[in-house]
Amino acid sequence: MAVITIDKVSRWFGNVVAVNDVTMTIGPGITGLLGPNGAGKSTLIHMMSGFLAPSAGAVTLDGARIWRNQEVYREIGLVPEKESMYDYLTGWEFVLANAELHGLADPGAAAERALALVEMGYAQDRHTGTYSKGMKQRVKMASALVHDPSVLLLDEPFNGMDPRQRLHLMELLRRFGADGRTVLFSSHILEEVEQLARHIEVVVAGRHAASGDFREIRRLMTDRPHRYLVRSSDDRQLASALIADGSTAGIEFDASEKALRIQAVDFQGFTTLLPRVARAAGIRLYTVSPADESLESVFSYLVSS
Amino acid sequence: MNTTVARLTARGLFGRRRVLILLAVPVLLLVVSVLARSSGLDELDLAHRVLGTLALGTLVPITGLIVGTGVIATEIEDGSIVYLLAKPLPRWKIVTTKLVVAVGSTWLLSAVPLYVAGLLLYGTGDRVVLGYTVGALASGAAYSALFLLLGVLTRHAVIAGLAYALIWESLIGSYVEGAQTLSVQQWGLSLAEAIAADGTVIAPVGLGTALWLLVIVGVGATAYASVKLSGLTLSGEE
Ligand SMILES: Nc1ncnc2c1ncn2[C@@H]1O[C@H](COP(=O)(O)OP(=O)(O)OP(=O)(O)O)[C@@H](O)[C@H]1O
Ligand SMILES: [Mg+2]
Repeated sequence: MAVITIDKVSRWFGNVVAVNDVTMTIGPGITGLLGPNGAGKSTLIHMMSGFLAPSAGAVTLDGARIWRNQEVYREIGLVPEKESMYDYLTGWEFVLANAELHGLADPGAAAERALALVEMGYAQDRHTGTYSKGMKQRVKMASALVHDPSVLLLDEPFNGMDPRQRLHLMELLRRFGADGRTVLFSSHILEEVEQLARHIEVVVAGRHAASGDFREIRRLMTDRPHRYLVRSSDDRQLASALIADGSTAGIEFDASEKALRIQAVDFQGFTTLLPRVARAAGIRLYTVSPADESLESVFSYLVSS
Repeated sequence: MNTTVARLTARGLFGRRRVLILLAVPVLLLVVSVLARSSGLDELDLAHRVLGTLALGTLVPITGLIVGTGVIATEIEDGSIVYLLAKPLPRWKIVTTKLVVAVGSTWLLSAVPLYVAGLLLYGTGDRVVLGYTVGALASGAAYSALFLLLGVLTRHAVIAGLAYALIWESLIGSYVEGAQTLSVQQWGLSLAEAIAADGTVIAPVGLGTALWLLVIVGVGATAYASVKLSGLTLSGEE
């Protein structure tokens, strides 16, 4: 059983805090790492794959430190986000080279097996530079699982894939998860994560915002009161337009903030309602910010995207 | 040595357009030699100008720079280095393998043509050509190691390398004595002086100093590059 433990981990770049005191455990099965752009997903994956040192805290695989420990790559397969991959090699040469670099006993057989698994055998003699995004992604997958790793880390694997390729990759990852391997992938799209992940970890602005299966995440999202702080060119008129529309539970004027505090009922609807009402009344919106803690802002982001 | 790393490195080096620039170096050297031979100028003086100033002074460092950075900096730049690093391979093995490819290529593309050009120009007399060739082998190896390290240290390795070769070695080195002591080119020249017949090649740096510095730079740069590569960080920023 392969378990990645992230223990009180922070990572900063100069004075940007990319990951802020995160603690989580990634075990067998499929885990989705969900968060908006800049949340710290890639930073976390880089630390889990040994390509970035934590500024504080520890990232370990079954108790062994990952940073500066190349032995962990016997267990870990990494599918990086970047596309560049020796484009002067053919798919076959690329995967074979990866098998050889792992020092496998029969690299040819391993490469063949991996390419078959991702169904890329038919294009293996073409240069990887000529592949489509989805094909590149699959060959990267093949290179990551050529040594039959117990952990698979994927950064935004579905980016740029067409729906058919997406389904195929999901199927492949499901099989991996069902085998009892530890699979972690990142995404900023809630639907994608819901479809695939047994378990979801949400990160927002470097913080670990929520954790659970998709039902729990959905519930967190919809059962909470949703409060917004809104500033506009005409707060008074905006308030009456919103009251007339009836999809808000409460509106008050905050004199110290010089802003409206709005409580939305149907939170999904509110994000589309507000701009519509404002436009109809000829009011310009200056600020719309979730007044609750960060979790709110993720969800509004996740749902609206 | 890891044969897979060597194969990938060599293909990366010669499988790109860069190879055309690299091949221009030997061609240029041979053309210049053929032209110079028929110019009727003093042969020893010509040998110094072509083998010393042009080859050892300019073409060897430029080749070392393109090759030394080419074996690793390109991969670091485009991120494909992760496929080498996400493997249970000791980092020093990756670095020494790449260094062997770089040194071999630099020799092939600059020291060997230097030797051939020298034979065309001057023949084997006074061991002048042999001296320059050994100098080019030694400095070519040192440049490879140094520029490979630069490729690991900075994203601006080519600029930094050019600054070193052109500004420090060529410009400052030709006026300031102290700067010559810290110049790979002068170490090569010092070997040439030691091998060639007395009085034919003159070098400002003593042989002992040159040999020590060559070894220290070669070994030190390789060791430091290995350490730096083990701590290579993937950046989230594009
Ligand atoms: N090398 C770096 N130097 C400075 N800041 C960085 C660096 N890498 C990441 N950051 C910052 O850290 C934060 C988290 O970045 P990260 O790339 O981990 O986010 P992400 O969740 O992967 O986002 P995306 O969905 O855009 O890929 C961002 O604010 C980013 O600007
Ligand atoms: Mg990212």
